[in-house]
Amino acid sequence: MEKQKAPIDHKNAVIRVHGLKKAFGDYEVLRGINLELYQGENLVVLGRSGTGKSVLIKVISGLLQADAGTVEVLGQNIDQLTTRELQALRIRIGFSFQNSALYDSMTVRKNLEFPLVRNRRGIGRKEIDTSVERVLEAVGLAQTINQMPSELSGGQRKRIGIARTLILNPEIMLYDEPTAGLDPITCIEINELINEVQERYKTSSIIITHDLTCAKQTGDRIAMLLDGKFQREGSFEHVFDTDNARIKPFFDYNFIK
Amino acid sequence: MDTTDTTPIIPKPVKQKRFAGFRKSLTDFFASLYNINSFIIRFFKEAFLPPYEFKEIIRQCYETGVRSFTLISLTGFIVGLIFTKQSRPSLAEFGATSWLPSLVSIAIMRALAPLVTALIAAGKVGSSIGAELGSMRVTEQIDAMEVSGTNPFKFLVCTRVLATTLTIPILATYTGLISILGGFLNVYVNEGTSYRTYIGQVFDPLSFIDFTAALIKSIVFGFTIGIVGCYQGYNSSSGTEGVGKAANGAVVTAMFLIFIEEITIVQITSWFR
Ligand SMILES: Nc1ncnc2c1ncn2[C@@H]1O[C@H](COP(=O)(O)OP(=O)(O)OP(=O)(O)O)[C@@H](O)[C@H]1O
Ligand SMILES: [Mg+2]
Repeated sequence: MEKQKAPIDHKNAVIRVHGLKKAFGDYEVLRGINLELYQGENLVVLGRSGTGKSVLIKVISGLLQADAGTVEVLGQNIDQLTTRELQALRIRIGFSFQNSALYDSMTVRKNLEFPLVRNRRGIGRKEIDTSVERVLEAVGLAQTINQMPSELSGGQRKRIGIARTLILNPEIMLYDEPTAGLDPITCIEINELINEVQERYKTSSIIITHDLTCAKQTGDRIAMLLDGKFQREGSFEHVFDTDNARIKPFFDYNFIK
Repeated sequence: MDTTDTTPIIPKPVKQKRFAGFRKSLTDFFASLYNINSFIIRFFKEAFLPPYEFKEIIRQCYETGVRSFTLISLTGFIVGLIFTKQSRPSLAEFGATSWLPSLVSIAIMRALAPLVTALIAAGKVGSSIGAELGSMRVTEQIDAMEVSGTNPFKFLVCTRVLATTLTIPILATYTGLISILGGFLNVYVNEGTSYRTYIGQVFDPLSFIDFTAALIKSIVFGFTIGIVGCYQGYNSSSGTEGVGKAANGAVVTAMFLIFIEEITIVQITSWFR
């Protein structure tokens, strides 16, 4: 179950976040985040519920606007892009949502086709079908192609959500709690899928979670989000090895080996 | 990001004790006016810029028509029938039952057809737009669309608003015809008027202004139903109850606005007569 060493290019950061702040009303969720995601790396962001993990990746993908700080994705500062440029950039980023966010009025096939049909005008039927089959096979759910999202289990929905982002061959993947609400075995399968995606699609990923198994299994590097800042960062063992009274319970509680 | 920011303004709580409630509802009211206003401006900015979503607009037109067709047919027919039946005794007092077709057509074309169509569509179409977009917002489907390179405002909002704006006038025309048919049934049973005579008498009193006013009215109503439903759904708050609120808000607000618009347009057309 131990993670294989991935080839990471430490000189080449695909995401750079500096001094990022975000507040809702009087509540400061993010209070100065600095983050670098290197080419080819799986970065796990750990944190309790409500610490602003989802807010962080929503800011990175331009869904929310930061109050202060800079966010640079694939060399482009997302605050300074026009709508069109932002759209073009987003196609290169895959976003797997916390609750999958499948379009529930469409079948699995239509869900997977949607990004393709919308972004590659004039694409042929045959090419669409091969792409759909390819990503479905990559997530191991070829048999669900004609089902509606409401007929899928939580784990299947997660996989289809991931497949839908893979169809555009993203360079960066953002996973929002990929294993939340799933049984331990399905969790492990999803973790393996995340590693497979990293290998096969050569993606750099941010994986947001509060599940330590997931962190250990998928992360090349771990960052601990607490009080709106990254408090500890490094290998799993390094982050784990602390006396901080607010971080330690997080690990004791999950006692994994 | 150069689109108009339509993130709703949420007014900060006011910390005075006296009049606090009143002030709060006042600021809420103006904040929502501002929000709706920028939503409408964004619609006009984005709807007429390429790429156009023709396919989706057609699909939405179809949805709008199908959703309200049965109810509109039924209501339209019954309105025509009942209106004729109830008007007969008053006209009979003056021995003027031959005026019935003219009375029916004036009432239907000037007032009933656009209004009845709009109210039914507000209930059927407006609420489902509100609920649909509301649940898409709550389950992050709108965000998912945005990050996968599709502008959700253009794809979801602009198409629906254009669809209702185009479809309601067609539906209103249909309602008018079906009510006139309902009126004919009653007149035929009672006076034995032939179809030809009836049609002649129906279209005789109607002027160009009547048709124009009815058309303008139903376009305005259609736009209102679409934009209100989309606004409520698109900005719906999180949680399942947000979806219900969006659907309900879409109907109530749209109906309220439709009445106000009806009065205003009637007043304006009366100056042209
Ligand atoms: N659109 C919003 N408007 C107002 N407050 C928000 C909004 N989005 C998030 N928040 C607030 O920001 C805080 C962090 O939210 P976020 O969803 O990022 O938490 P999280 O770390 O992802 O938690 P979880 O593990 O439960 O998903 C929460 O307290 C939430 O109330
Ligand atoms: Mg979250």
